[in-house]
Amino acid sequence: MRAVKEFTKGFWRENASLVLLLGMCPTLAVTTSAFNGLGMGLATTAVLLGSNVIISLIAGIIPKKVRIPSYIVVIATLVTLVDMFMAAYAPDLHSALGLFIPLIVVNCIILGRAEAFASRNSVFYSFLDALGIGLGFAITLFVVGAIREILGNGTLTVFQYKETLINFVIYHKETIKPITVFILAPGAFLTLGFLLALKNYIDNLIKN
Amino acid sequence: METRSFKVSYSPHVHNGASVHKIMWNVFLALVPATAVSVYAFGINAVRVLFVSTFFAIFFEALALLMRKRDWKQCFDGSAALSGLLLGLTLPPGISTPIIMIGSFVAIIVAKQVFGGIGSNPFNPALTGRVFLLIAFTEPMTTWPLPRGIEQAKNYLGLATTKTADAITAATPLAAIKEHASKAMPNVSLNDLFFGLHTPGSIGEISVLALLIGAAWLLYKKIITWHIPVSTILTVFVIATITHFLSPAKYPHPFFHMFAGGLIIGAFFMATDYVTAPIWPMGKLIFGIGVGLLTIVIRLWGGYPEGISFAILIMNATTPLIDKWTVPGPFGSKTLRRQS
Repeated sequence: MRAVKEFTKGFWRENASLVLLLGMCPTLAVTTSAFNGLGMGLATTAVLLGSNVIISLIAGIIPKKVRIPSYIVVIATLVTLVDMFMAAYAPDLHSALGLFIPLIVVNCIILGRAEAFASRNSVFYSFLDALGIGLGFAITLFVVGAIREILGNGTLTVFQYKETLINFVIYHKETIKPITVFILAPGAFLTLGFLLALKNYIDNLIKN
Repeated sequence: METRSFKVSYSPHVHNGASVHKIMWNVFLALVPATAVSVYAFGINAVRVLFVSTFFAIFFEALALLMRKRDWKQCFDGSAALSGLLLGLTLPPGISTPIIMIGSFVAIIVAKQVFGGIGSNPFNPALTGRVFLLIAFTEPMTTWPLPRGIEQAKNYLGLATTKTADAITAATPLAAIKEHASKAMPNVSLNDLFFGLHTPGSIGEISVLALLIGAAWLLYKKIITWHIPVSTILTVFVIATITHFLSPAKYPHPFFHMFAGGLIIGAFFMATDYVTAPIWPMGKLIFGIGVGLLTIVIRLWGGYPEGISFAILIMNATTPLIDKWTVPGPFGSKTLRRQS
């Protein structure tokens, strides 16, 4: 089943952050809490869905030489839409992610999928590809954010919208000192590095 | 015709018998005076910190070697134990045991084994562990119990209270300087800093005298050369002298900068680490000057009171570059160039 394969590859085999090592900037920068990571991942997924579908539709009429600028125009339009929607309906998340929402425009995942997949595949498969890659990316960001938040702050924020806040306290900061470095930049690199190592380790286990 | 072939092995042909084991044991020996002073000054707490850091360094080394399917007995080659001991010597004596374990983990797993184990680490493991802890646990890492019990502590602080306490903490001389400019530390004499029994600080850095005895042993045994320590300390001294004479009220005495904090232990025991320091004499001098410069700049104008650990780590990053730049020409190449 090709459809199933195109959809599931993004979660593990071609995971954007852990295998393709694309989209490192959001992976490292906005994952200070689990929910921030998830929000960033879902925003990227939304843009990716739109861009993959539109680009696979218009791929036939784009001249080869200006294809990258054309993709950027499509992506930038969608990012602006997502940016404005978030500002209107999820202002907290919007202010937490800040500059990194406009930066989705230059996210390598989106441009990479447009160039490598959407421009040479049908709309249906491009849609599934975008959904799989995007959700895989969102889950990875959620996991990175969860690890960093638990280690660095002692909490796990699963959902945060206006007054609704689903927030687990893993341990109390008064009794156990959190490793604050994990919500700073070095913690992002360490977490990602160890996750990469873990993924390769599991892959090796499966292979043998 | 008979052709004779000689089997010639790769250089070096003459070996002085040095081995990882031997070098590490000599460094251990050199650290004995400093360790003894710290145990005398801080008591059982220093023993605890040093034991935990060393033990878990060896433990994590063995664990990493097992995971990498290497011979796990390599963990007893002394390098992991030395990293652990040096890490313990850079920690404040009152620090809690789990934090030391995390420090050992970062030092051995993150800073050393991830890069390929002994000889492959770009950054000094002990200092990486320390800096990680400093950023991760800022408060416990900057709480300094005073050495030698409560009575001396009261004298040091000029306290007249008779209140009982388990321990008294105070700022290290460098931290006090950072907070209140140099006038606020009238009680710190250079003698105190030199012998190190009355000033708070990391376990290993308090006594300059003990460290210098160890350093002399290393130099005598030719484990280290003079280039890095001398250029580091001299750079700090020169800049401290200049700033002190420009503005004596604002910047402390150059000898204060020389004896306070971790400059001596850093310059002799950490910056000279074989793996992370340049090889050639010229490179060593550049490296040392860089360390000294960064140290004094962080101390005088930076956000942290002590900068030697950051300075050494930053200069570690430049080591490959310095090594490439300072390769000496082959014997005779200079005269040839002059003639042509």
